[in-house]
Amino acid sequence: MSTFLDRLFGRVKLGGWLAVVAPLLAVVFAVLITSGVLLVAGKPPLDAFTALAHYVVQPSGAVLIINFATQYYISALAVAIGFRMNLFNIGVDGQYRLAAVVAAGVGGAALLPGVLNIILVMVVAVLVAALWAAIAGLLKVTRGVSEVISTIMLNAIATGIGSWLVIRYLGVRSGNELATKEIPPDSRVPGLSVIPGTSAQVTGFIVLAAIFGVAYYVLLNRTRFGFDLRATGRSESAAVASGVNVKRMVVTTMVLSGAIAGFAGMPELLGGSYKYGTNFPTGLGFTGIAIALLGRNNPVGMAIGALVWSFLDNSKNSLQLVDISPEIVQIMQGTIVLSVIVAYELVHRYAQAAKQRRVSRELAVPSQPEGAAA
Amino acid sequence: MAAAACGGSDSPTTASTGGASSAPAAASVKVGLAYDIGGRGDGSFNDAAAAGLDKAVSELKVDKKELEATQGETDAQKEERLRLLASGGFNPVIAVGFAYSAAVTKVAAEFPDIKFAIVDDGAKGANITNLLFAEEQGSFLVGVAAALKSQKGNVGFVGGVDVPLIHKFEAGFVAGAKAAKPDIKIQKKYLTQPPDFSGFGDPAKGKTAAQGMFDAGADVVYQAAGGSGAGVFEAAKAAGGMAIGVDSDQAALPAYADDKDVIITSMLKKVDVAVFDFLKNFAAGTVKAGPAIYDLKAGGVDYSTTGGKIDDIKSKIDEYKQKIISGEITVPSS
Repeated sequence: MSTFLDRLFGRVKLGGWLAVVAPLLAVVFAVLITSGVLLVAGKPPLDAFTALAHYVVQPSGAVLIINFATQYYISALAVAIGFRMNLFNIGVDGQYRLAAVVAAGVGGAALLPGVLNIILVMVVAVLVAALWAAIAGLLKVTRGVSEVISTIMLNAIATGIGSWLVIRYLGVRSGNELATKEIPPDSRVPGLSVIPGTSAQVTGFIVLAAIFGVAYYVLLNRTRFGFDLRATGRSESAAVASGVNVKRMVVTTMVLSGAIAGFAGMPELLGGSYKYGTNFPTGLGFTGIAIALLGRNNPVGMAIGALVWSFLDNSKNSLQLVDISPEIVQIMQGTIVLSVIVAYELVHRYAQAAKQRRVSRELAVPSQPEGAAA
Repeated sequence: MAAAACGGSDSPTTASTGGASSAPAAASVKVGLAYDIGGRGDGSFNDAAAAGLDKAVSELKVDKKELEATQGETDAQKEERLRLLASGGFNPVIAVGFAYSAAVTKVAAEFPDIKFAIVDDGAKGANITNLLFAEEQGSFLVGVAAALKSQKGNVGFVGGVDVPLIHKFEAGFVAGAKAAKPDIKIQKKYLTQPPDFSGFGDPAKGKTAAQGMFDAGADVVYQAAGGSGAGVFEAAKAAGGMAIGVDSDQAALPAYADDKDVIITSMLKKVDVAVFDFLKNFAAGTVKAGPAIYDLKAGGVDYSTTGGKIDDIKSKIDEYKQKIISGEITVPSS
């Protein structure tokens, strides 16, 4: 029997047509509830959905959606790695921001030319984020501190350190903006002009995000480490009994989660605004948690989740053009996460009940012929 | 992108070149306005801009469309908002808040036929008008008021987010308080550090900060914290202290009706006047690119007397006001 958490984090899979039914059910739930909210607010739901559909087909809108989804996806992968072994890394937010500040400082200083600088920036970001995450991992294995509490606290500390670094050392003031020095033009990651009809470019980091997605799948499903990680997630005592060093697994997984988190801010830093300033994206880590839940820690599921989330986030403007409050988007996002959780849980329970019926039927049926033969 | 720019120019940019018969020209003016975080209804900065827009709608008969920013946005998202307005046939487009600095510079260049205005920022462009305010001068006057009203010789300043713009408010307030009472004790606190901008929209943070100041002996607290200011008023009420509002005449706003007894004055930053002036000039075809500075002399900043709580010291404050206008006092801005 599986527990609710096992089902929530996608450690138990649905087979056959049920795997298709669950997400469809979730979409139906979400659309129904959102329509209800819109009706209560006195807005025709059809207008809202038309405005949303209209936005996604605009080239520049589509580019923005893809670029944000890329950041969200990287963040979700970082969260998901922890989730698979019951580690709740709430600190992805602090990890990527602190990494971005330090990396922006190093990149802006232009110590190395061209591509070498890009590599340096990414290495610095990964190291900073991994070390910051390691603190929570070490506290958990040595002092038994819950990683939920420590990572939330570390987020606050990361914000403080980040501002201190920018204000004291790294920041350059221009007008009202206080930001790190821009990364020189020869050390920027170019965008891809894949969507016609707009000069806006899709971030080059989409390639890296895709590679990460594949690597995540291979690591978890095709390696010894991934097996140990999943085993620890399912049952810690069973993992210990089979010779897994759980303490080392906790620290390693935390470091790995942090290392990926370090990349979350890179699309903006190396391919967006080229600096860490007042308009640097915040909250990517928390969005990542929602998307990991939405995608059930599945690399493809999370990619779809990231696109949906980004689409909703960026369509706020078009909703306002038809006089619908942007807050409706937050309601939609919350509804979708809940719908997915509820829909999958319902389908899982249906699957379990069906299995029980089948087993009891199979147990009941053969006993009769045997009895008849006797 | 070029196609989009052409689409945008369908709307009457002729207002700037054609005849100044404002009534028919204004009738077809479609104003696009992009708010900062908090949007219409923040009871502060954004509401001041909204008031200017509403006045233009009723007096100049312009059409309007308002879009609102959300937490944690990047430049790309702000650009997209302005682009949506510009390509949707809105002209002029007004960006409220310095956060739009980079975005307006970029989008204005893409739509050379459309007039842009940005509040609080010096972004440069041939079709960008900068609506700038001397916040330090208005803050100086409420600093004087705070010092004169404080019985404990201890006042506080709560800033929303630790950014250069809010430092202008702080600098003026400190200079004013010290001018009135050289030995005054001034507590300062910023609610959040950038890029966390929640300090402009989180009353709970404002309340905690102000509570700490009242506990530490302050009896007047000035807030330049946008939507978080409501928390400062609550704390003042609970502690039996006094508070000073910002941007709008907050004692007169229905949103703060419960707290109006503790708001002794507000530093007025007349974003409404600036927005209305800009739209009036647009309708008349006399919009100029570059900075338009709203200081004490131009009536762009001031202090409010709603509630009559500072009537006894009004003459002293006005003395300082005259000295600033005449140039006898230069208020530091950082």
